Amino acid sequence: MADVSIAKVRDEHETTTGLPHTKLAMWLFLSSECLLFGALITTYVLYRGASTKGPFPSDIFDIGYTSVSSFVLLASSLTMVLALGAAQRRDFMRMRLWLVTTAMLGMTFVGGQVYEFTAFYREGLALTTNLFGTTFFVLTGFHGVHVTVGILMLLSLTGMSFADRLPDDPAFPVEMVGLYWHFVDIVWIIIFTVVYLIPTGPVGK
Amino acid sequence: MASISMAADEGRGIRRPSALTGFWSWFTTVDHKKIGLLYGMTAFVFFIIGGLEALLIRSQLAGPDQTILNADQYNEVFTMHGLTMIFLVVMPMSAAFFNYLIPLMIGARDVAFPRINAFSYWLFLFGGLFLYSSWFLGGAPNGGWFGYAPNSTTDPTSGMTFYALGLLLTGIASTAGAINLGVTIINMRAPGMSFFRLPPFVWMGLVTQLLLVFSLPIITVALFELLFDRRWGTHFFDPTQGGDPILWQHLFWLFGHPEVYILILPAFGVFSEVLPVFSRKPLFGYQFVVFSGIAIGFIGFGVWAHHMFAAGLGPVANTAFGISTAIIAIPTGVKIFNWMATLYRGDLRFTAAMMFSIGGVAMFVIGGLSGVTHAVVPADYQQTDTYYIVAHFHYVLFGGAIFGIFSAAYYWWPKVFGHLLSEGLGKLHFWLMFVGFNLTFGPMHILGLQGMIRREYTYPASLGLTFWNQISTLGAFMIALSILVFTVNAVRTQMQKRPLETNDPWDARTLEWMTSSPPPVHNFDEIPVVHSLDEFWHRKYAQDKSGRLVPVQAGAADHGEPGEARGPSHAIHLPSPSYWPIIAALGLPTMAYGVIYSWWMVGLGAAVTLIGVYGWALEPSVAE
Amino acid sequence: MSDIHVDRRDDEIEEHAVSHAGHPGSREYVRIFFILGAITAVEVAIYYVRDEMGGWFLPLLFTLMISKFAIVVLWYMHLKFDDRRFSRFFVMGLAGAATLYLVVLISFRVFLS
Repeated sequence: MADVSIAKVRDEHETTTGLPHTKLAMWLFLSSECLLFGALITTYVLYRGASTKGPFPSDIFDIGYTSVSSFVLLASSLTMVLALGAAQRRDFMRMRLWLVTTAMLGMTFVGGQVYEFTAFYREGLALTTNLFGTTFFVLTGFHGVHVTVGILMLLSLTGMSFADRLPDDPAFPVEMVGLYWHFVDIVWIIIFTVVYLIPTGPVGK
Repeated sequence: MASISMAADEGRGIRRPSALTGFWSWFTTVDHKKIGLLYGMTAFVFFIIGGLEALLIRSQLAGPDQTILNADQYNEVFTMHGLTMIFLVVMPMSAAFFNYLIPLMIGARDVAFPRINAFSYWLFLFGGLFLYSSWFLGGAPNGGWFGYAPNSTTDPTSGMTFYALGLLLTGIASTAGAINLGVTIINMRAPGMSFFRLPPFVWMGLVTQLLLVFSLPIITVALFELLFDRRWGTHFFDPTQGGDPILWQHLFWLFGHPEVYILILPAFGVFSEVLPVFSRKPLFGYQFVVFSGIAIGFIGFGVWAHHMFAAGLGPVANTAFGISTAIIAIPTGVKIFNWMATLYRGDLRFTAAMMFSIGGVAMFVIGGLSGVTHAVVPADYQQTDTYYIVAHFHYVLFGGAIFGIFSAAYYWWPKVFGHLLSEGLGKLHFWLMFVGFNLTFGPMHILGLQGMIRREYTYPASLGLTFWNQISTLGAFMIALSILVFTVNAVRTQMQKRPLETNDPWDARTLEWMTSSPPPVHNFDEIPVVHSLDEFWHRKYAQDKSGRLVPVQAGAADHGEPGEARGPSHAIHLPSPSYWPIIAALGLPTMAYGVIYSWWMVGLGAAVTLIGVYGWALEPSVAE
Repeated sequence: MSDIHVDRRDDEIEEHAVSHAGHPGSREYVRIFFILGAITAVEVAIYYVRDEMGGWFLPLLFTLMISKFAIVVLWYMHLKFDDRRFSRFFVMGLAGAATLYLVVLISFRVFLS
């Protein structure tokens, strides 16, 4: 019977298409996430204006405030891409710097949302107050959880880099986390427009 | 097989598991073959349980005004029967066969992400156990497998909360598995194995994985919305607050319809492998079979509202979906004609595997015909919510998918276990099951058209439904008997362990038969180079001038003596066993229980999952 | 991806700040960020004058949103430069989601005000 030795050296992972397994998997996953967020956004859009009682979006939203946090998230995509560039140049100090910056911008975004939501709550909008509360908090909540997972991944990458636990080609895991992070950003691009900027009810409200 | 151990990891406290054999190795395995076996054994146990639930239903309905089950119990039993058969039997059985066979059929040594593969299995098992624990924790789900709101959102017992959480758990498992197998098929094919040299079973597998990837997120959202409505008082499906239960139906069926193609495409793949082998002819119209599979997958996303014809969407929507539903019959018909053409003038061998495939195609055609009648909207108004529909989906799901699974079992049993199932008992199994199945579900067409309504725990004698219900129950017990025959077959042949005379007992066509039966842990000593469709067949046979089969030079096929592997010519890197997949999986049902009982458990479960994921990320896939 | 190792950091920065072989460098990425910021600013600005815009508001808003989406996907997620197959899979999910959910919303007559 064959005596198979489990060798030390990792496979070159020559793939049939030449595409790395993980990158293909990540794009398939992001593709499926389109359907996930699509369903949540559809629920929100469907129920726009359907609440039987207030508060309503126009009573609650502070567009100026949310614009700022949208800029923050956009900026985090920039810093993410800079982190990847640094990783590709094997400039690990800058890579860690940009990764941490991205994480902190993400935390600012989430923190801003927490503050925003507590303000809404004080103004009378909770998860179960009305349909607007239900659909708004669940949609943005799911997004926020995704951002948080992203922050964890960014900080983990940074930690692993400091502990020298990243593979020889660290640009690859950074690229993968980057794809996830940018996706979370583009979902917010849609949410910001569809939820915040499109008025509910007749024009003017 | 020699037990292979390695030096343990240094100084990290807990040693990385290294055993590839032995009882505990099953908990840490990342080998696709073992994982396939785990899926298969677990799914079979759930099949027995789901079958017992069916017998309870049929016993209750054997006569009018029976009291074996009261109305509440009946609701739980039929709900769990449906959930079990769909999510805990057919889907994991397909996973079992895909996991075991796809790497072998494409000439790979494992799947793309072996630890995720293990994680998917454990999460499936835990999800199934979680769902079943509901029986002991306040009652099983009772709102039907389709969980229509507002019944599902307002039911005061906890069953539907278990439903939402249980399906979320198994859904995560299936999504991960689908991405895994999808990447495997795309990215790990042997040299020369282009897409159009893939065995049709693998093609159907690819379409199935893509259907899963795109449909599961939709039901994920639906289930979360249901969970939130039940657990935290949101208003997604609450009409008093402006919500609309029809939204549940859309989200559910947007998943639910692709789901039925997820359930049947693997069986179509099996038929496409078995029929050619036992006709000694290539699959007729391979490209048509492949393209029609893709078409079914694609169009399958466009017919969902045919489950909602009576929901009040209006004539425009109903017409559109009636048309798309009629259209989807076309690619299915293409397959059926190709299978028939494969049989035509073939050198037919009626083994048990072949009989289940032929029977499966025939039963699916019957189910498909009733399906076509559902596509006619006004006719569906009469049929919907009656036993006519129950007849339809059992003909396609039992007659199609389950027969396909048994065909696969008889066909690939020698490959997996190294011995054949008894053909005599197999044929007995087939005939008992075939007759029993038709006795059970055939009369339901009549019952439905006579007005027998679904999901009702009893019926009065005055409706004249008794006779066919009795026949149906008789049939159900025949099915049970047939499964007993199968079980006896499996156990007996396992104890006898009559060795195979050859690794290729069926004289088959595809790569998995090139290696030993069962395969060595590394699948192939040398990864074969593929030059054509049915590569293995062409290595064995050429055609002479008159088109007759002529064996190729002995030794060229090179499949060796049964049970022997010659040994690879170079070191093979296999992924190493790991604790982390099962640990990471364990955290999720813990969180699910926590959602119902206590936030502490949610935190604990999250911590366990996080630890599992970090341990996993920090561990190399191949141990140093 | 670049294998270039240059000792002097400034040169490195210069090398990679500028695009070469079609791949954006850091400078390009910063420029893209400012474009994204500008588009967002326009979105917010037109929000405040939406009443005066009448029927133009929604189409313009959506155009701006889609532009931002596309820019991030094509450049930051690198799909413009990567293998076509990644795009194919992503578009499958995106187009699928858009189509299916549009049909659902239409069936609810959401677009008839």
